[in-house]
Amino acid sequence: MAGALVPLEYFATHKRVWRRLVQTARLCCGVPDYDNYVRHTLEHHPERKVMDYPTFFRERQEARYGGRSGFRCC
Amino acid sequence: MKHLSKLAWAALALLGAFCLGTVALRRGEPINALWIVAAAVSIYLVAYRYYGLFIANKVLGLDPTRATPAVLRNDGLDYVPTNKHVLFGHHFAAIAGAGPLVGPVLAAQMGYLPGTLWLIAGVVLAGAVQDFMVLVISNRRDARSLGDLVREEMGQVPGTIALFGAFLIMIIILAVLAMIVVKALAESPWGMFTVIATIPIALFMGVYMRYIRPGRIGEISVMGIALLLAAIWFGGIVAEHPTWGPAFTFSAAQITWMLIGYGFVAAVLPVWLLLAPRDYLSTFLKIGTIMGLAIGILIVMPELRMPALTQFTDGTGPVWKGSMFPFLFITIACGAVSGFHALISSGTTPKLLASEGHARYIGYGGMLMESFVAIMAMVAASIIDPGIYFAMNAPAAVIGTDVVEAARVVSEWGFTVTPDLLTATAADIGENSILSRAGGAPTLAVGIAQIFHAVLPGEGMMAFWYHFAILFEALFILTAVDAGTRAGRFMLQDLLGNFIPAMRKTEAWTPNLIATAGCVAMWGYFLYQGVNDPLGGINMLWPLFGIANQMLAGIALMLCTVVLFKTKKERYAWVSIMPTIWLLICTLYAGWIKIFDSNPALGFVAQANKYRDAIAAGNLIAPSKDFDGMQQIMINNYVNTGLTALFMLVVLSVLFYSVVAIRKARRNPQRTDRETPYVALTPEQQKVWL
Repeated sequence: MAGALVPLEYFATHKRVWRRLVQTARLCCGVPDYDNYVRHTLEHHPERKVMDYPTFFRERQEARYGGRSGFRCC
Repeated sequence: MKHLSKLAWAALALLGAFCLGTVALRRGEPINALWIVAAAVSIYLVAYRYYGLFIANKVLGLDPTRATPAVLRNDGLDYVPTNKHVLFGHHFAAIAGAGPLVGPVLAAQMGYLPGTLWLIAGVVLAGAVQDFMVLVISNRRDARSLGDLVREEMGQVPGTIALFGAFLIMIIILAVLAMIVVKALAESPWGMFTVIATIPIALFMGVYMRYIRPGRIGEISVMGIALLLAAIWFGGIVAEHPTWGPAFTFSAAQITWMLIGYGFVAAVLPVWLLLAPRDYLSTFLKIGTIMGLAIGILIVMPELRMPALTQFTDGTGPVWKGSMFPFLFITIACGAVSGFHALISSGTTPKLLASEGHARYIGYGGMLMESFVAIMAMVAASIIDPGIYFAMNAPAAVIGTDVVEAARVVSEWGFTVTPDLLTATAADIGENSILSRAGGAPTLAVGIAQIFHAVLPGEGMMAFWYHFAILFEALFILTAVDAGTRAGRFMLQDLLGNFIPAMRKTEAWTPNLIATAGCVAMWGYFLYQGVNDPLGGINMLWPLFGIANQMLAGIALMLCTVVLFKTKKERYAWVSIMPTIWLLICTLYAGWIKIFDSNPALGFVAQANKYRDAIAAGNLIAPSKDFDGMQQIMINNYVNTGLTALFMLVVLSVLFYSVVAIRKARRNPQRTDRETPYVALTPEQQKVWL
């Protein structure tokens, strides 16, 4: 439809795809989504202190590589 | 609409059958690589649609309304319900490594056909089934690890045996992976320089991410990859340099010792400094190269120059000895069925699984994807000139050490090649020689370089792409070596802790150093004997690795069978029994041959006896230079005999405990498994994840 406004979803889609790609890349390095962590902790565990991003990152890095489950496949 | 979709699937199945028929039956003229790719992809899709769905609905009875551990124990850290495409990427990156790339290259000595058929049939009926079932079983048991699952469902003793088996496998895997690196870097200043350059690059990245801009994975990875590419380019200049070229040229024995020292140091350094940043590089490079290879094959559409079948199906091949059955089925492990995936599918991935409805996509689909990577490796090995393939992979004891002799021997096998072509190929890829570069990595690198070079041509770019491919393999192998040494250290501390409680303290320095040194010494020993093996090492270590890996797959599938009987699903138990039987036959038969065969190239005992008799008679066997070396080879073969026997014992004892558990389950009219109780997802959660 010529002249019609670009639908809102058009912008949402490529942003969402990009966000998913970034999430995948980070998860491959053992770092889950930080925003999701903050939201989850605030909503469900209000008694816990929310880590800032550098702390969160270090904690995840240690958990991923420091322990028993660091080894991946052949 | 429903009929139309059935019709489309039938058409796809027909297409797959037609392509496979072309691959299998066309003889005498070279076929295009796309036939193999199309056959594989259409069969994967049909298998995913029908067999995968059958396992999901009937065998496992997946229930998307059932809450997963990720939902129940969501903490935003370890347990996180994750988008299924994101989790697919993560799972795939975790299971794909050097295995699916190297196995098919080695198997190509029999021609591309046997390996391709086994990759396709194996993944559909065994590999993907194993990954998928273990994922679901672990998912319904609080995302527990394979060892815990075996202990819970079968008992304490088989659980400990399985853990012990996993530890042995890790040692062998580390040795075999390290040997691939040694063989690729020996006498190669260009490769050696780029691999050494990854260490300062990783250190820089580690410091940057820790202190300068914490946690900025994206920007530092882009910088790291740019630095890596610069290092590859600069490596070409270093290799040409009259002083620095020789300074970076090392023999296989020297690199072996460097690697052993490196393994120890890397495993005790803090993870953020070296291991983590290099893992980022290796992960992104791996995914990028795999995607590049897939696109490259589609664009270039290369022809396969390797015959469909060679005369080496009879077991006399120069790369590794042994007849097609059973040795093909342990040479190609990852890509068809890999026991190591059971360790990822239990424990790691289920903690992120948002819904049981995603399990087929991630478990079954992820493994199909890995098999596709193996198919591409098979293509890459088959598009290079067969004469070059055999000159690169046959040991020096068979083809000698100069191009004229090598070209003569390889041409006698029927793969015509001239000394000039061997020299020219070496010059093209920026190496001094391509002879006897066993281990699969250099061959694969030549194949990848040819494909990339055809897409992006340019003067001297062939050498760049070759070293890019070598670096990409070396990078993730070295990451596996230090991550594996670290994990092995914990396992060893656990095992030793049963006898010496003080060894259990994983935080204390003394037990840490002792266990790390023990772990490095064990894989270092096998690495050292592989590098010094007269038949090139791969012939000795790769079957041990294959037997070990398939054995672990056998254990995982036995666990699946026991669980099916315990949940009163014995009607469908054939789904896991069928691949179990096949794997047990292959591993036990291969193990039996490796121990008892009277041919010294095959049987460990026969090889040891040959050296014992020669020492007694005072005959030197080339390439050994003294009797001490021969004595060492004799002892190595006895050690390998013992190890193979141990592997077989582990399999047989787990089989025994499985049969006991199944008989007990059949006597009991009730379900006896340890599934966690059903918890329904709330309607909002269902809306988010279904």
